[in-house]
Amino acid sequence: MEAFTTHTGRAVPLRRSNVDTDQIIPAHWLKKVTRDGFEDGLFEAWRKDPEFVLNRPERQGATVLVAGPDFGTGSSREHAVWALQNYGFKAVVSSRFADIFRGNSLKNGLLTVVLEQRTVDALWELTEADPTAEITVDLHDRQVRAQGVTADFELDENARWRLLNGLDDISITLRNEADIAAYEARRPAHKPSTAQV
Amino acid sequence: MGRTLAEKVWDDHVVRRAEGEPDLLFIDLHLLHEVTSPQAFDGLRQAGRTVRRLDLTIATEDHNTPTLDIDKPIADPVSRAQLETLRKNCAEFGVRLHPLGDVEQGVVHVVGPQLGLTQPGTTVVCGDSHTSTHGAFGALAFGIGTSQVEHVLATQTLPMARPKTMAITVDGELPDGVTAKDLILAIIAKIGTGGGQGYVIEYRGPAIEKLSMEARMTICNMSIEAGARAGMIAPDETTFAYLKDRAHAPRGEDWDAAVAYWRTLRTDDDAVFDAEVYIDAASLSPFVTWGTNPGQGLPLSAAVPDPASYEDASERLAAEKALEYMGLSAGQPLREIRVDTVFVGSCTNGRIEDLRSAAAVLQGRKVADGVRMLVVPGSVRVALQAVEEGLDKVFTAAGAEWRHAGCSMCLGMNPDQLAPGERSASTSNRNFEGRQGKGGRTHLVSPQVAAATAVTGRLASPADLTDTPATAGV
Repeated sequence: MEAFTTHTGRAVPLRRSNVDTDQIIPAHWLKKVTRDGFEDGLFEAWRKDPEFVLNRPERQGATVLVAGPDFGTGSSREHAVWALQNYGFKAVVSSRFADIFRGNSLKNGLLTVVLEQRTVDALWELTEADPTAEITVDLHDRQVRAQGVTADFELDENARWRLLNGLDDISITLRNEADIAAYEARRPAHKPSTAQV
Repeated sequence: MGRTLAEKVWDDHVVRRAEGEPDLLFIDLHLLHEVTSPQAFDGLRQAGRTVRRLDLTIATEDHNTPTLDIDKPIADPVSRAQLETLRKNCAEFGVRLHPLGDVEQGVVHVVGPQLGLTQPGTTVVCGDSHTSTHGAFGALAFGIGTSQVEHVLATQTLPMARPKTMAITVDGELPDGVTAKDLILAIIAKIGTGGGQGYVIEYRGPAIEKLSMEARMTICNMSIEAGARAGMIAPDETTFAYLKDRAHAPRGEDWDAAVAYWRTLRTDDDAVFDAEVYIDAASLSPFVTWGTNPGQGLPLSAAVPDPASYEDASERLAAEKALEYMGLSAGQPLREIRVDTVFVGSCTNGRIEDLRSAAAVLQGRKVADGVRMLVVPGSVRVALQAVEEGLDKVFTAAGAEWRHAGCSMCLGMNPDQLAPGERSASTSNRNFEGRQGKGGRTHLVSPQVAAATAVTGRLASPADLTDTPATAGV
């Protein structure tokens, strides 16, 4: 996983709530068997509208998505995270994320930042009025900064440490292989097995 | 202090607990399908890792599989390649797979329970958000992303932060004609699509205890639509009776030991939930969605809401956008909404009981002119059972299409899709924009409402049918 420390970039204000993962990346894109090449599928249906915010010339190259509440609801597809990253987004800001999407994002180094809705509103107003306005997402200090906005955000220390160092979860877990083996040795005999009967 | 059901199952699976770290949880059952696994197998291959516990892993094909002409090569080359990738990966790593054409093939969340693999007090994961279905057995079951699929394949564990617990207590009794689907749609409308975010929900109370396993699975299945990764129901005699003698259920002394353990899986009287919600079952009636998220639902007797009536600005905007997408206007009675497609199936409502209830409504009746009705069993076993009971003949006599098992039109990864502007009454779980096909419009309904809607061509419940069904035998 790519490490995340601090990122500064222009924003895409997305004034929508309940942006589900079917909107982020429609199901027909899920037939691909790679982790890349999803950028053209990002918000595919909405991008058919030339006025959709992502299509606006002043939003090209923006790297911070500022979205409404309940972002990433629905399907567990990690492809939604890959699509946002393939397109160039480094961070997503919302007042509430769906659990599975949030977990997926943090495992891939896409920083999902939870801020109060009034701070999200302030970021929308700022970046709509001035598309060149930049937002800094600082994981080191757990703070979002933009003109007129300074807001601390929470992220548990363990997730922060993994992100700051770009650590691979599997190798961390395998350091505890002895614990796993010990647990396996004491599992009851009645637990199910998929071995053919 | 006592513990909740979720806390008991959680505690029984902690491999390692350390200050400042998520708990490392052991996973009892890992289900795989073709869509969310290829990148995980690639990761294993690149790191030179193997599957740690092949005996706790099983795969099936469901999302891409066609429901017609299953004996012919799959027409869409990309779908075919994805299925072939799963077959190649399962062969290479030694994972048990039930491919298209196999008698145990079907939607992953139908297959696990019917094999008896889904058991009380187990942890179940799958790269699929509707893994919450398995919580109906008192399992802690949740959807995971592909990185976590790889993690479970390699280690049979997952680092997880302990969730909060929410009790949804359903008092009273569901009135006649009101189903588990109506209940869960009403719950989602009440607490919202983010209401369960961060929680494991436990459904409890007299109305829940009376439900069959199929109905319990429908409820737990849609926990994710309320934002909760997992939903659970305490195991009881109904659960044990369902499991007894299934292929992978414990036998002999193991069965006795298992049941003794399963009986301990109840929330203690003095346990405290982080949140509690109460629902009066008797107040419910058939429920349908009008919008583009599963929380936008109302009783069938209601009218399309006026966006101006929402105080919250974001809800108002969401309602405006939903009405625009759905082609509906405020004040329009829901019963007047015409559909051109009816879909019965999915991991929400593709089990035998769902097919029986849809068939009971269709018996002696015809699907309305201009309406296409697809009936897609959740698994090959469900299909065989339905055929044995003659349900397939009821469907085809009514003019519905009887198809092969799979996810089908729930998400339209196979050829079963809505065309732009088409409108469905669907027993599936998501009414998102374009979910069932680009530009398609979805109303989520129960199997009974789906069948009655097919007969009238407008959203309807069986109680709305005033005709006398023909009494021809099948």
